[in-house]
Amino acid sequence: MSNDNYTPKYSSDDPDRIEEALPDAPPHDTEIPVDTNDSGAAAVEVPETVADDEAYGRGEGVGEGQDVKGLSQGQIVWSRFVRHRGAMFGLITIAAVFVFSAISMGIGPIDGLWRVQTISSGDVINGGRPSLSIPGIGGATEFAIGANPFGQDSLGRDYFAQVMTGVQTSLLVAVVLGAVAITLGVTVGSLAGFYRGKVDMALMRFTDLVITLPVIVLGAVLGALVSKIPLRLNAGPELTQSIRENMPVILAVALGCILWTGLARLVRSEFLTLREREFVDSARVAGASDWRIITKHMLPNAVGVIVVNGTLLMSAAVTLEAALSFVGFGITEPTISLGRLISENQGAFSTRPWLFWWPGVFIILIALSINFIGDGLRDAFDPRTKKIPSARAMAKAEKQLAASRAAQSQEVAP
Amino acid sequence: MSQPQQHPEKARSVFTDAIKLSRDTGGPVAKGDTILKVQDLTVRFWVGQEWFTAVENMSYELKAGEVLAIVGESGSGKTQSSMSLLGLLPPTGRATGSADLKGTELVGMSIQELREVRGNEISVIFQEPMTALNPVYTVGFQIVETLRTHYLMNPAAAKARAIELMRMVEIPEPEDSFNKFPHQLSGGQRQRIMIAQALACEPKLLIADEPTTALDVTVQAEILKLMRELRERVSAGIILITHDMGVVADMADRIIVMKDGKVVEHGSSHDIFKNPRHPYTQQLLASVPHLAEHVDDDDLADRPNTVIETEGNPVPLSAARTNTEPALLMEDVAIVYPKQGRRPEFRAAEHINLRVDQGEVVGLVGESGSGKTTLGRAAVALLPVREGKLTVGGFDITNKSVKELKPFRKTVGIVFQDPGSSLNPRLPVGESIGEPLFLHEGLKGAALSKKVEDLLDSVHLPRAMRNRYPHELSGGQRQRIGIARALALNPKLLIADEPTSALDVSVQARVLKLFKELQEQYGFACLFISHDLAVVEQVSSRIAVMHRGHLVEVGDTLDIVTRPQHPYTQRLLSAVPVPDPDEQRKRRELRDAIIEREHLVS
Repeated sequence: MSNDNYTPKYSSDDPDRIEEALPDAPPHDTEIPVDTNDSGAAAVEVPETVADDEAYGRGEGVGEGQDVKGLSQGQIVWSRFVRHRGAMFGLITIAAVFVFSAISMGIGPIDGLWRVQTISSGDVINGGRPSLSIPGIGGATEFAIGANPFGQDSLGRDYFAQVMTGVQTSLLVAVVLGAVAITLGVTVGSLAGFYRGKVDMALMRFTDLVITLPVIVLGAVLGALVSKIPLRLNAGPELTQSIRENMPVILAVALGCILWTGLARLVRSEFLTLREREFVDSARVAGASDWRIITKHMLPNAVGVIVVNGTLLMSAAVTLEAALSFVGFGITEPTISLGRLISENQGAFSTRPWLFWWPGVFIILIALSINFIGDGLRDAFDPRTKKIPSARAMAKAEKQLAASRAAQSQEVAP
Repeated sequence: MSQPQQHPEKARSVFTDAIKLSRDTGGPVAKGDTILKVQDLTVRFWVGQEWFTAVENMSYELKAGEVLAIVGESGSGKTQSSMSLLGLLPPTGRATGSADLKGTELVGMSIQELREVRGNEISVIFQEPMTALNPVYTVGFQIVETLRTHYLMNPAAAKARAIELMRMVEIPEPEDSFNKFPHQLSGGQRQRIMIAQALACEPKLLIADEPTTALDVTVQAEILKLMRELRERVSAGIILITHDMGVVADMADRIIVMKDGKVVEHGSSHDIFKNPRHPYTQQLLASVPHLAEHVDDDDLADRPNTVIETEGNPVPLSAARTNTEPALLMEDVAIVYPKQGRRPEFRAAEHINLRVDQGEVVGLVGESGSGKTTLGRAAVALLPVREGKLTVGGFDITNKSVKELKPFRKTVGIVFQDPGSSLNPRLPVGESIGEPLFLHEGLKGAALSKKVEDLLDSVHLPRAMRNRYPHELSGGQRQRIGIARALALNPKLLIADEPTSALDVSVQARVLKLFKELQEQYGFACLFISHDLAVVEQVSSRIAVMHRGHLVEVGDTLDIVTRPQHPYTQRLLSAVPVPDPDEQRKRRELRDAIIEREHLVS
């Protein structure tokens, strides 16, 4: 077999076929003479060209192969994620909510486009009723935004501006809390799972200790401390002010410091299985340091667990923040959060329900969307979840297959 | 074996009184009746956006009492074709065509009807008995469950029948074993329980899906013996799905060879082995390694050059043949897994004396749990040595710290058994190959990629493959990558830990050929670990046989495979089935004699 015979096949993109094109592929390339006129050999063996195609099977995993051709793991996960309807719905919704609130109220020092940028009290118009009207809802005939689309609270403050600011606070809390919890959880979990023994013992007992801390009580203590510590330290009004303004971040960091425990345990168990895999051993034989094995070989393989649980943690953070603010701990004046809006207006539920509904709707939207995204990520990272196509799609493909078969046989016939 | 035959009347009475709940398709069968007629059976799977044909237009007939072997490599559709008879395809699969079991059409049957057929008319012996048996129920309960699903039986009668079945498959002390859990039985006993469960309702068709693949050769020999005896006594037709031509030669009456979902050859066992027509069958048979294939009588003139373990005396270290430093030297080595919780410490290997000279390939053979992999891992310092001394190329690695071992890492490489697990799924394979080069020689960028391409060339893989991920490669390609990585630093010693046992035979043949080529080219010393004597024979000049943590025999390859001295080696050799029905018949008699003898002793 000369080199020319197989080099073109190298460019073939079918991974399962390439092996057949290898120089050593036919077992008889040295043993039998290529001369097929040699009757002795020809009786038992077949000419090489035939043997090349017929003597080798397609090998395992064929059919699966076309699904993953030329893609990295990340690309496969992404393409599966994009196909997940729930996840895409979640992603689009949360992006829309964020963009909407950013455009209307601005981000940080940058002002938004909504007419009310500094929330202040004013006249209560029309009993504070929402001026937003959508055709078909509440007997409205045409679409209108009006001056106060979400209505006004009892002091005449624009509710739309408050809700949009609250949305930003909630998202901020979710992201910061997620980042803190993931960092802590992954560090503790991976160290415990990788080193096992005493390190594992110490870290996991510490984790058990943290699990015992009640979140609500901690939030309450923190809320009290924020107002007391500046007084104790005789801090100036500027420091007090900045602590109050950054309350959401402080709260998120504090909550993140308690909520990392679940993730740490999951990452630990993932590492315990991963360290038994042979590629970790082979990295060790290759001389890789512990740090390199953890970061280069094991963490990328645990990323599924981390990402999925990180997202689910974030959605829990949104509701937790709302719950804490509702009971009066957590975020306090002057920062606005969705939970605080609900808590402040809880007395108005029967008389002015929109004060209750609007923040509620946004809490649900945000938490649900993040949950859907987490769900989609979980499915995308887990190769065992395969989408079963609908009966209609399968029948259609079968018809096409039959049609192409018929076309082929017609081509062959003449 | 003799016990159940002593009371056939009593044995029948428990069972024949029972009223069958499930339908009895087509009435009783006698030997020679056609029980299964398969015509144009096609199985398709929905992959991505289209139908993928796994089995195409398969047709065959099966008579009662006959063994039909379906042979093929992984991906050939041999398992799916049989699972479709039971309606056990995954939800994306669909079967068309016809499969007629004594007048009952199996393809397209409703789930309710299929449930009556499964376990009753058709039963399956799965490959891995540990996963096929439910670990939280006793084995007796699981047999009784099958019985009482299909028969109206009181628990006592069902238990009596289960014990009877367990006696039939030669489970020792069946009354006692009835209450045991799967993990309390050995692998061979678990597979016997699976067989008993499959035979519980006297099925018309028995599908054995790689029934011995997960077992050691000696256990496999015992299970094959049992199955041969059973086929004489039950009137079921047996479909044997396997890739092992030796097992086929031992069992089958007729053979179907499958390739890419198509039947390429169909004939009697004798015809297929003696006169294969299709190139694929020829290739398949040629790829199977034969034991002691090229042996002349002249070679056997001298006294056998092997040393064996005797009572209390471990195998001594073989004398140095050259003056050079041995590549691997183990002196009275013991490797111990430390105590974990309540589990006591386990001495995986003891009193090991082994020398591997430079450029020499030594095979290490043994059954699972014999400690051969433990030795291999200790040789690359993945496991600590408790006693004795282990030197690699003159460097003593006993009790060395991680830092001290760093220069040593450059001189060894290891190829792992499972190519799927030994490559990091998140790294392109080129990066996996380049890792040792990057870590030890600090190669980067163009220099590194040049070296990686050279290595890919040397294992006959296209250079473009360096950017692929492990999941995009076939098993054989992955193992080539594993070899390339192990050779990256041009090691003096290579540990090959069952490098071919996860591969199909034809792929195995090609990987072994590559291995021999590379060994000649690079001249590394190698400890080649395998459970398959025929594979080891092909590559190594000397063989060490391991049994329960001890070396029992070390000697020249030729002597070990032709004139083994130690009884364990003899048993191991006789248990290997050879892919030749006539030859296998002779070996089988010898083998059965050895099994019987041992049963008498124990």
